[in-house]
Amino acid sequence: MREAQVFLLVEDNENDALLLSRAFSRSHLVNPLHVLKTGEEAIEYLQGTGRFSNRAEFPLPAVLLLDLHLPGISGFEVLRWIRSQRALAALRVIVLTSSSSIQDVNQAYRLGANSFLVKPMDLEHLCRMTEALEGYWIWMDRAPDLARDDTHAPSTALEPGQGQNHSCVGQLRPSTEFPR
Amino acid sequence: MNLAWPTILHVEDNLGDKELLEHACRSCDLKCNLLWVEDGQTALDYLSGTGPYGDRNSFPLPSLLLLDLKMPRKNGFEVLQWVRAEPALKWLPVVVFTASNSSKDTRQAFELGANSLLVKPTAYRDLVQYVKTLHHYWFEFSQRAGP
Repeated sequence: MREAQVFLLVEDNENDALLLSRAFSRSHLVNPLHVLKTGEEAIEYLQGTGRFSNRAEFPLPAVLLLDLHLPGISGFEVLRWIRSQRALAALRVIVLTSSSSIQDVNQAYRLGANSFLVKPMDLEHLCRMTEALEGYWIWMDRAPDLARDDTHAPSTALEPGQGQNHSCVGQLRPSTEFPR
Repeated sequence: MNLAWPTILHVEDNLGDKELLEHACRSCDLKCNLLWVEDGQTALDYLSGTGPYGDRNSFPLPSLLLLDLKMPRKNGFEVLQWVRAEPALKWLPVVVFTASNSSKDTRQAFELGANSLLVKPTAYRDLVQYVKTLHHYWFEFSQRAGP
């Protein structure tokens, strides 16, 4: 069901995360919003490794809202990594950041962001934005549901000597590898 | 044509679908230029500024490409592949607008770099709603990149 589709927010600023969460409630969005504070955590989540290995508890998101300015690896690096993973080709990545610089916008699109939004600073504008997000990406856009798409899932029959992969989205490269 | 307005380039070989979209846009009174080309090759000529399309006052670079998939003279997948390989056009949002509900087509569109994929609604009133939502989201919220 589309109503259960998860939004994943990668945002290190707690106030901004809280404000967005309140906007979701005020706009009556029933979609769960999971918040991660770093790019490294986002990659772990998408890989389904570490504490995110339980896909029932941490399903692949319908939409990833990605800040650019993060501690550790930047939002651009996360985006670059996501677009290097074939299994995540259909993941909608929407940059949600305080920067409105045309260089950042262009760079985000060049790296494969689906869309770029500037964070509104007040709750009313945030609510309008979350309603627009839901209205477009959940109700109109028809990206495949990654949480239900097993096109690239690994075979359940492991070859002898093959390592285990707990991710349900197939063979993702380890997070220590970033494309050039 | 109002050059202060954003431009949507609609790539569509079916004249009926083309006219329905134009009608829907007119009925919403949207502030955007809706331009149309009839097949994939013409879309590439338009985007590369070949021939008459070099006149950017008459044929402005679009802010959004609305792209059908099944077309003669280069299909939507080929257009998408070409656009995504052009460094000068990497900023251009491409919204695939197709009658196809096939998960294979959907997956391929996203793998080739579509920003979004919409399935053409069958009811006109739904098309009007789609057009309003498309304009609202892409031109009032999503930041526009540019050359």
